[in-house]
Amino acid sequence: MASSDADHAVWLRGIEKRFPGVIACAGAELRVRPGTIHALLGENGAGKTTMVNVLAGVYRPDGGEVWVNGQRRFFQSPADAIAAGVGMVYQEFRLVPTLTVAENIVLGSAPRLLRSAEIEERVAELSAAYGMAADPTRPVWQLSMGERQRVEILKALWRNASVLVMDEPTAVLTPGEAAELGAALRAMADDGRSVIYISHKLDQVVAFCDEATVLRQGKTVATVDDLQDVDLTELAELMVGSSEGGYVDRPPDLEAGPEVLSLQGVSALNDRGLPALVDINMTVHSHEIVGIVGVSGNGQKELAEVINGLRRPTQGRVTVKQQDVTDASPGDRYRLGLAYVPEDRLGVGLAPKMSVVDNSIVRSYRLQRRGLMLVMAKCVKFCQGLVERFGVRTGRLNDPIAGLSGGNLQRLLLGRELAEQPAVLVAAQPTRGLDVQGVAAIQSHLVDQRSEGVGVLLISEDLDELLALSDRLLVMYEGRVVSELAPDVTPRSVIGEAMAGQVRA
Amino acid sequence: MSEDALIGLFVATVQFGTLVFLAALGELIAERSGVLNLGVEGMMAMGAVSGFMVGLETGSPWAAFFAAAAVGALVGGFHALVSVVLGADQVVSGLALTIGGLGLAAYVGRNVVGERPETLFTDLGIAGLADIPWIGEIFFDQPPVVYLAVLLGLAVWFVLARTRLGLALRAAGESAPTTDTAGHSVMALRSGAVMVGGAFAGAAGSFLSLYMAPGWVEGTVAGRGWIAVALVIFGAWRPGRLALGALLFGFTLALQPRLQSFDIELLGVQLNSISPALLGILPFVLTVVVLVIISWRYRHRPSPAPAALGLPYRREER
Ligand SMILES: Nc1ncnc2c1ncn2[C@@H]1O[C@H](COP(=O)(O)OP(=O)(O)OP(=O)(O)O)[C@@H](O)[C@H]1O
Ligand SMILES: [Mg+2]
Repeated sequence: MASSDADHAVWLRGIEKRFPGVIACAGAELRVRPGTIHALLGENGAGKTTMVNVLAGVYRPDGGEVWVNGQRRFFQSPADAIAAGVGMVYQEFRLVPTLTVAENIVLGSAPRLLRSAEIEERVAELSAAYGMAADPTRPVWQLSMGERQRVEILKALWRNASVLVMDEPTAVLTPGEAAELGAALRAMADDGRSVIYISHKLDQVVAFCDEATVLRQGKTVATVDDLQDVDLTELAELMVGSSEGGYVDRPPDLEAGPEVLSLQGVSALNDRGLPALVDINMTVHSHEIVGIVGVSGNGQKELAEVINGLRRPTQGRVTVKQQDVTDASPGDRYRLGLAYVPEDRLGVGLAPKMSVVDNSIVRSYRLQRRGLMLVMAKCVKFCQGLVERFGVRTGRLNDPIAGLSGGNLQRLLLGRELAEQPAVLVAAQPTRGLDVQGVAAIQSHLVDQRSEGVGVLLISEDLDELLALSDRLLVMYEGRVVSELAPDVTPRSVIGEAMAGQVRA
Repeated sequence: MSEDALIGLFVATVQFGTLVFLAALGELIAERSGVLNLGVEGMMAMGAVSGFMVGLETGSPWAAFFAAAAVGALVGGFHALVSVVLGADQVVSGLALTIGGLGLAAYVGRNVVGERPETLFTDLGIAGLADIPWIGEIFFDQPPVVYLAVLLGLAVWFVLARTRLGLALRAAGESAPTTDTAGHSVMALRSGAVMVGGAFAGAAGSFLSLYMAPGWVEGTVAGRGWIAVALVIFGAWRPGRLALGALLFGFTLALQPRLQSFDIELLGVQLNSISPALLGILPFVLTVVVLVIISWRYRHRPSPAPAALGLPYRREER
């Protein structure tokens, strides 16, 4: 074949991949030189995950060629790709929670007879060699997201992968963990490995990566040989084909209205039975956005669950519109005016196998019925209304909702929650994993809701987002609210210290 | 009650325990790989009838035993094909296997009903040990299948806990995509587990028709397959606890036909006044109790039930 094969660690040529009703890749191209970190960019649904899944042997392409280290490959299964030196860290982690770190790392390449002590020792050596701390004897379900990711990377290193693919690795990482990851990837590239790095966080991409390939609608639309030469807006433009993006501006200050949500002395346990929330006091008023700042895993998830009735507090009171709802069911809270956009969209928020229509009416089905029956025509009309108002891009409304891309799932979910004019909206990580346009759309909806009088509790890991949108910031650390800050006057360094638990008296 | 009757009760306890242990051990293998097989009852019936017929033909109980295992594996292979390879609903396929297996066994065995085999498994009086009073008769003068079951239990524990194959199998039962992307074939692991599980159930069936209730009539299995399914839960998916549970369930099975003759009082209750039917549901009641205890004890950590149990896997689907 072509003459320059040998200087590519990976060459995906004219990849085509169709799924029922969608063309995920339509002739996309990706070339990665050895020893470089290569960014793969594109908006939600552009086909990035599909491309790397073809490289990892998970998807069989409908057309195109896969070359790895100068050889054409025909992967029949992930095992073939692993044998060819491809290591992959999937967008959704591939770890067995009940197995230990060591067992997870050696799964797939373990010796015939397992000697735990020996395996654990070798895994410990590997993690020391790359400076990635991970206790090999601990079961994975006890680990934080950052630790799980280290285990995933160690898994690839254990196989001695020459090509490491990372699909949105920082979506679940704290800023500190992300920086560590960047350093670790550089060390691997210096080792002669190549890294394919998928992320929506362009500042990180520019900081970590050497080269980039941009996908749009399943096609390669640009390649960048030196990322130091481009600026962020240029990259964003390449991805979406237009230059909008960035964080929306909050409209001028509004007078905060009456209290719509309060927590008084609330404590709760996490899934492992350990204290997750300790004596939380907070209020949210109409016409304001209250941002929760904190490194993930400091009680944010439990906070959202306690407010929405998915987790029982061990102490304290929760009120919505001044009414005590501590013992009320999630449904009763919704009817009182509490809306919830959960972190886990396709699981807690939406039912993956149910249709777009069914998912959009599960909250407000009472409005679409006559007597005991649901009126299908009304349901469809309601759903169409949401789809239009919130700009959801979807195929047929009766198809399972799992076919929608992340940004569109989120638009529909938010639309559904806002359909009955709530008084309070709890939004957990509403823009995580979304592309630039998706982020802007969701953020402007939040701001609009604030103008209309909704009190918004915004839980996010994106500090810029919190700073841009919030009227007040509450910092959470180890299950407590450790300080309240004003977003426009507090220096970032002070917020950073508060997030790390160092509060100045 | 006489000493002999009591010894007889415990001898039968070990034998019934072996019967449900073998079948449950097979089901445990399948479930640890992520496949629920509700066809145990049907696989046991097929094993019982085919083992019996091969026994009639060859006169060799071992040939019969292994033929029954092979038939069990084949019948299990049907479940593997339908639910693992083709990805159909495991509950539906398993129930079909029970209903179809019972029916097919009745059909296959229609001409041998009432026949008596000449050669059966005989008790192995283990030299020196079999003569110990009580213990000898209960534990050391049993048919070889009892000792084989113990060895198989140890082997299954060892493979699951200490080998690469076992690690892969357990991983397949917890998360199929993880196992697949680690480079193992989920389809091969699960199909293999279901077929081995079927072999165990088939072998258990032949223990019934070649030793415990020699002969073949429809209804020989009499719900013991369902007890084996319950036993897997009772044993919290672990071979060791499965063995303990098997003795307990075996005891209730052994007691059932004897209850009426036990003219003794226990805790103020006249034993022979208890209905055997009530005793028959005891294993299931115990299983439900254990299930409740498990869900309480494991509320803050992952349950011992394989997380992917019952979920089919197709690579390109999401
Ligand atoms: N297994 C699948 N079955 C059906 N459709 C799929 C499947 N995988 C991907 N798609 C569809 O293919 C398109 C490309 O998806 P892909 O996951 O590759 O996008 P992406 O660029 O990784 O997006 P994101 O940034 O949201 O992760 C989308 O429209 C998606 O809905
Ligand atoms: Mg993706």
